[in-house]
Amino acid sequence: MKTFRDLLRDYRFALAFGVVCLLIAFSVLSLFSPYDPTRWGQVPRDLRPSAQHWLGTDSNGQDVFWNATFAVRNSLIIAVIAGIVSRIIAVIVGMVAGYRGGAWDRVLMFLSDSLLVIPLFLIIVMMAMLIRASLNLVTLGLLLAFFGWAWDARLIRSQILSLRERDFTQTAILCGTGTFRLVINEYMPYTMPLIFSTLINNMAWAIGLEITLAILGLLDMSIPTLGTMLYWAINYQAILLGRWWWVMTPITLSIMLFIALYWL
Amino acid sequence: MDATILRTERLQAFYVLDIYGKTKRIKAVNHIDLAIRENEIYGIAGESGCGKSTLLKTLAAAVEPPLRVIDGKVFYRINGAEVDVAALSAEEKRQLRMTYLAYVPQGSMSVLNPVRRIRDTYRDFIESHRDVRQKGEIFDLAREHLLELGLPPKILDAYPHQLSGGMRQRVTIALATLLKPRIIIGDEPTTALDVVVQRGVVQLLKDVQSRLRNTIVLVTHDMGVHANIADRIGIMYAGKIVEEAPAERIFRAPSHPYTRYLINSLPRFGDKTVRESVPGSPPSLANLPAGCPFHPRCPHAMDVCKQAVPEFTHVAPDHKVACWLVEGEGYGKSA
Amino acid sequence: MFLKQYLIPRLIQYILVILLGITAVFFIPRLLPNDPVLRTIAEMRARGSYMEPGAMDKIISDLQQMYGLEGSIFDQYLAFWGRLFRGDLGVSFFQFPTPVLDLIMTALPWTAGLLLTTTLLSWAIGNLVGGFAGYFANQRWSRVLDAIAMIVRPLPYYIFAFALLLLFAYLLRLFPVSGGARLGMRPSWAWPFIQSVLWHSFLPALSIFVLSAAVWFQTMKLVVQNVNAESFVTYAKLSGVKEGHIVARYVIRNALLPQITGLGLSLGLIFSGALITEIVYSYPGLGTLLYNAIINGDYNLIMGITIFSIIAITTSVLIVDLIYPFFDPRIRYM
Repeated sequence: MKTFRDLLRDYRFALAFGVVCLLIAFSVLSLFSPYDPTRWGQVPRDLRPSAQHWLGTDSNGQDVFWNATFAVRNSLIIAVIAGIVSRIIAVIVGMVAGYRGGAWDRVLMFLSDSLLVIPLFLIIVMMAMLIRASLNLVTLGLLLAFFGWAWDARLIRSQILSLRERDFTQTAILCGTGTFRLVINEYMPYTMPLIFSTLINNMAWAIGLEITLAILGLLDMSIPTLGTMLYWAINYQAILLGRWWWVMTPITLSIMLFIALYWL
Repeated sequence: MDATILRTERLQAFYVLDIYGKTKRIKAVNHIDLAIRENEIYGIAGESGCGKSTLLKTLAAAVEPPLRVIDGKVFYRINGAEVDVAALSAEEKRQLRMTYLAYVPQGSMSVLNPVRRIRDTYRDFIESHRDVRQKGEIFDLAREHLLELGLPPKILDAYPHQLSGGMRQRVTIALATLLKPRIIIGDEPTTALDVVVQRGVVQLLKDVQSRLRNTIVLVTHDMGVHANIADRIGIMYAGKIVEEAPAERIFRAPSHPYTRYLINSLPRFGDKTVRESVPGSPPSLANLPAGCPFHPRCPHAMDVCKQAVPEFTHVAPDHKVACWLVEGEGYGKSA
Repeated sequence: MFLKQYLIPRLIQYILVILLGITAVFFIPRLLPNDPVLRTIAEMRARGSYMEPGAMDKIISDLQQMYGLEGSIFDQYLAFWGRLFRGDLGVSFFQFPTPVLDLIMTALPWTAGLLLTTTLLSWAIGNLVGGFAGYFANQRWSRVLDAIAMIVRPLPYYIFAFALLLLFAYLLRLFPVSGGARLGMRPSWAWPFIQSVLWHSFLPALSIFVLSAAVWFQTMKLVVQNVNAESFVTYAKLSGVKEGHIVARYVIRNALLPQITGLGLSLGLIFSGALITEIVYSYPGLGTLLYNAIINGDYNLIMGITIFSIIAITTSVLIVDLIYPFFDPRIRYM
């Protein structure tokens, strides 16, 4: 708790933390939405922002404000699934590679190097194209998680390697501590900050990729996310037609989200 | 007795850090008076974290933020005249380095630029101080100097990683002394070398000193090295010099309890008693205890130790101590 | 030593990565639940009847060959490689019967030109500026640049490119909204065409440049601050070596080493980013080709682009790895 209070004294962290809280609160608002996010034509189309529709309405006949609450919520859900699942993979791979060493290390690091070098974006596009019909929030999160662990596994591995050289490892081994207990009890506390900071980065990466896939038309367009909102806005030529409230809402929200996550 | 060449007056240098709006001061050098003479090897000893390296940086006039000189002065005697270091411009200071005051860093893997051959490093260093037009002249100078110190000149063609740790350190010392400096400042030059190599490096420093008849200020936590090389020794604790005397006297009659611990931790031939180290750990320089900073670890601590800082006083003509145990115990009361 | 410890492992890694990547491309459609052949045909039928009569049969037999209704999966795998070695990536479904390789080769110069210039420029400038900013970390300009990088860095390629497009092309109308050159111009080495290309590619290049320069700037700044604490730098400073020498030959020169490795590792990411940027600006390179392939469900073309990119990126990484020893004597004289 004390560290947290110290962190809040850092204005940048405080600002970022505030924005993230705000965005989470915004996404919680979706629970009170008067509209069903999957149905179109519930409100008049293309209205400018007004007292009744705070951020106007779009060409699908949806309220931009309430739709955006769902979009932020869904994008965050995808990011959390992708982030947590890929963390689990990264921790297991990093710890096994770092602690076991030898052939395990070589094979696992070869895999993660390959994932780093191969243009993953194209592979993800290929997969998304084939399973487009069954891509919901969870499967998209899992798909991204499957590809998002490589770099972080390397970081965790190198930390484990340096921990393994420290004295307490020898002490613990000589005291008869089992490998599993050693890793969980002694190493985990040291790697937690790293795991947390990579989690945040990975979430930002997942949201970015979600937006990109959506704009390429590779997601289920009836689920509102930051990406699909932008997709519809572009699809209906909202920029050319001057419907700035529609385009700017997802763009502003995602810029806020990315910068806040990065500054955390 | 030789004249003083390097002198400090009530020198205070703190690291001033700004952490989330709170200013934190790390008192690494706290009221130090030194008078180091020409043609002597002056050793500074103490545990890690006592401010030794910071003292060296201040002596070498290499103070960069967050380190700041808060108070006091450093004087160099250059060609017979005493110069206040604070009055020198950055360029003047730069020109004094290597020619007047040379620095020998801690022996480590990365003491020489890993991507340059030794001869290129030599060239960078010499070019910065001497107007040498011909490449050949530089290498003649370097080769000659290496031969004088008994090092094979062909190492000039090597990269640092191709040399052994001891050889790298010797090259470093050779390079530092190339332009015949009057003062050599060594920051743990023998640490991280194995014992046999250490001996060679100590011997090289001694040779250089007797050849140039200059001054060496040597910082190391290794009392064994001090016993080997130093003429006088200053014991440093928590940013202060707590005892100063000729080496032989420090080892024979240490006065400060801390010095006694340091010396008792040394192994001796034939002595089978258990080695004692100093109990506890050094205080945080950001948060010093009141009174004598050593009192929490001192077996002889009295009430007065917790309240007031002892003065640095003479117990013999060439022996000064800052400790309440010896305060008023005769010699230096008036000094 | 150098051969055995550095060169050969990298060559093996290079071959293995290509093998692994292309094998993945081969297996992905086969492992997924729906039958790609049936699905693609159904999708094509549903889309349109504008195809020539013979085309459909050719496509179906093509698909059957590629996704293998003939022989065991092992036979299919061998046949797949056989075709690759002949440089045959199949034909595009929607620009039938143009071979996929031809389409890629038409788009390639655009992407290669854009990517090569921006990658090298942003690497060089980002590292140079980051190097000085790290060395003079206490100066005001260094902090200002740091703040800018802190804002730009986290933005994904799509959002940043889109924001620049909105600002410069729609609002200020300084640059064209899309395309690679003015419509109707024939590619040539004549000045008007080059001028048009430069003008059209300015915004996409700027997007990629700013985003990756920000990354290089930040990492370089960190690396320099670490190198600055190394003892050879302290030694040189305390020996009065001229500051210019210290910055260039000691600090930046050493800090560049991890940045070269970093360049190799990040080429894949930069490439993906460039594809996305191209899509935003409808720049006629591989990205836009990919976009059209996605829109049209041209799976063959996507697969071709992917395979081609895997080979191109891994080869570039290998080249970076091969250049590295020239900068690091510790590798060269292991």
